[in-house]
Amino acid sequence: MSKYLLIPVLPLLAFFINIILGRRYLKDNAQWVSIAAVLGSFVIAVSSLFDVISGSRFYGDIYTWVVAGNFRASVGFNIDELTSIMLIVVTTISSLVHIYSVGYMHGDKGYYRFFSYLSLFTFSMLMLVMSNNFLQLYFGWEAVGLCSYLLIGFWYEKRSASDAGKKAFIVNRVGDFGFALGVFMIYLTFGSLDYRTVFNSLSMHLNDPLVHMNLGITAVDVNLFTLIALLLFCGAVGKSAQIPLHVWLPDAMEGPTPVSALIHAATMVTAGVFMVARCSPIFNLSPFAMNVVAVVGAVTAIFAASIGLVQNDIKRVIAYSTISQLGYMFLAEGVGAYSAGIFHLYTHAFFKALLFLGAGSVMHAMEGELNIQKMGGLRKYMPWTYWTFLLASLSISGIPGFAGFFSKDEILWQAYSSGGPGRLVWIIGSITAFMTALYSFRVFFMAFHGEFRGTHEQEHHLHESPKVMTIPLAILATGAVVAGWVGIPSLLGGGNQIAGYLGHVLGHPKGEGTGMQEMMVMGFSTALGILGIGLSYIMYGRRSELPQKIAAAFKPLYTLFYNKYYVDELYSYTVVKPTLWIGKNILGKVTDGTIIEGVVNGVPGLIGWFSARFRRIQTGLVQEYAAVMAIGILIIMVVLIVW
Amino acid sequence: MVPIQWYLWLSVIVFSIGVFGFLSRRNIIVIFMSIELMLNGVNISLVAFSHYLQDMRGQILVFFVIAVAAAEAAIGLAIIISLFRNKATAHVDDIDEMKG
Repeated sequence: MSKYLLIPVLPLLAFFINIILGRRYLKDNAQWVSIAAVLGSFVIAVSSLFDVISGSRFYGDIYTWVVAGNFRASVGFNIDELTSIMLIVVTTISSLVHIYSVGYMHGDKGYYRFFSYLSLFTFSMLMLVMSNNFLQLYFGWEAVGLCSYLLIGFWYEKRSASDAGKKAFIVNRVGDFGFALGVFMIYLTFGSLDYRTVFNSLSMHLNDPLVHMNLGITAVDVNLFTLIALLLFCGAVGKSAQIPLHVWLPDAMEGPTPVSALIHAATMVTAGVFMVARCSPIFNLSPFAMNVVAVVGAVTAIFAASIGLVQNDIKRVIAYSTISQLGYMFLAEGVGAYSAGIFHLYTHAFFKALLFLGAGSVMHAMEGELNIQKMGGLRKYMPWTYWTFLLASLSISGIPGFAGFFSKDEILWQAYSSGGPGRLVWIIGSITAFMTALYSFRVFFMAFHGEFRGTHEQEHHLHESPKVMTIPLAILATGAVVAGWVGIPSLLGGGNQIAGYLGHVLGHPKGEGTGMQEMMVMGFSTALGILGIGLSYIMYGRRSELPQKIAAAFKPLYTLFYNKYYVDELYSYTVVKPTLWIGKNILGKVTDGTIIEGVVNGVPGLIGWFSARFRRIQTGLVQEYAAVMAIGILIIMVVLIVW
Repeated sequence: MVPIQWYLWLSVIVFSIGVFGFLSRRNIIVIFMSIELMLNGVNISLVAFSHYLQDMRGQILVFFVIAVAAAEAAIGLAIIISLFRNKATAHVDDIDEMKG
């Protein structure tokens, strides 16, 4: 038990040490504390993975946090198959990002602050995944939100960065509100927040009339489980950047690149996927909520991929690809293939972190340039970055043998085999797979192939990143290739160990299908991936005029994609501007200016008015005071005598 | 034997003259003297009751009053003198620094 306690506590300690001592004493040595702590967590995480594999799980409370009447909340851990996978993902990616940051953040004046926030971020995510109750889950949930705010707005002197930090925080609040309501509903229904208590009593509540009450919100039979599942999913939509709350994630690119890698791969956006998997017993009881999850996932996947096709900012393309891949994960969970979703989360962590860190390496060489139109030909300057980026792109495109292939194929196959709406979801997923390959290699070809299109100074400055940055790239690249090998489907001669492993917690999907169909699905998605890469090579690898021609031919569509479907504009006009107007004119002028100012100024004004009148009594003449006193005494005497 | 009422009437008269003087006169020295008059008016009634009730405590209290009055006279006169040095007046209506 104490071993597991160390996993989150080490990064927390590193956070405190760095934030307290960093500014004065540690300064440029701040990384040692954080790296040592996260590596320690990593080692323990690996050992706990082996514990779970050998069959020893842990479930229990460590500390009683709140006791109030019947309400009881504790800090506790739940180390099972799902958690152990998440622990590996979080600590591996976090360790590598920590190491990479040593090179990337070198010389930044907030160096110690950066590392302390990274540690806090890691701590928060570890608390989230290790939790054994909903309150601690919520704590971790909010803490990662806070850390994302701190890190996205890390360069807070830059207006756009501090705005992006606020945007991330506020958009997340919308989802978190639903999530909090979901947690309340769970407590009201089950009287407990403990996972085991809640999940074990689900079957008892199946015959509860409350559960079957039609809340009559829509034509759909919204029963209690559906409501809870949808509220929880609200939180996942916010945290994992699904439609309609995806807007914060692309803007989060304002933060330092290692933070993007951390947010996208390990510590934040995966929280929603994890939470849905963790709450799978609840979701399983509500087919409607499952369909919502699948549809939101599928729509987000294709929607974000289409935006990613035309963006020119290297980090934004990768950000949209994250949104799209997260859509895949929800798609899988929506069709009941939770383990496939978590498997994709796990492989995605490697290649997405690699893509981001590679992009960071490119930025480092290009003096902060993000526009891929101004890159090109970087291949000969930065071979390490080139090769690792290639591996990540192959992995995300689902080329056989790479990690992304196995997980994506598993998702598409599960979607296909679940039948019914699953087929539709499968078609969307396949189209997205094609688009994924297209935009991933668009970035790859435009950045690394062809002629250099930047300025002379930039060309002169081009160099490979230091070892401290390329080594994490190499490790992640290894992961991007081999991470999927734990989930090789039986069709290809593998055992799909991960599905069996996670199946203990997440169950097995009910889908059925023949080997022939599976082969067909697999071949289809592979073909689409290769097609995407090929098209990308024709369009971008050879520097033809084709992209411009296509953009001109589909002008309205291109504009729509380029402007991200105008979602930001839509929110600006429907939410942000009205809110600001209300804030300025109603709350600012009426509430604040009239009511509060009125009370604040009115009370002293009233007192002043009275005292201006009462001060006349104070003449300063002793004899008048004495006369008043004498009269007073006389009156008292008269009263006493007469009474 | 003189009835107690007579003493009390005398006490009332002396005290009332003191009150009247305190309220109506404007010279600070006269006001000060009026205060002494009020104290002595009270002293008379105290002694009268002390004798009437055959209880010495009243007369002891009178000694205290006289002692306090003496001290008060000393301090009061000192204040009056310093007031006069500052304002060059003994007229109370001119002394209204505490006016609100």
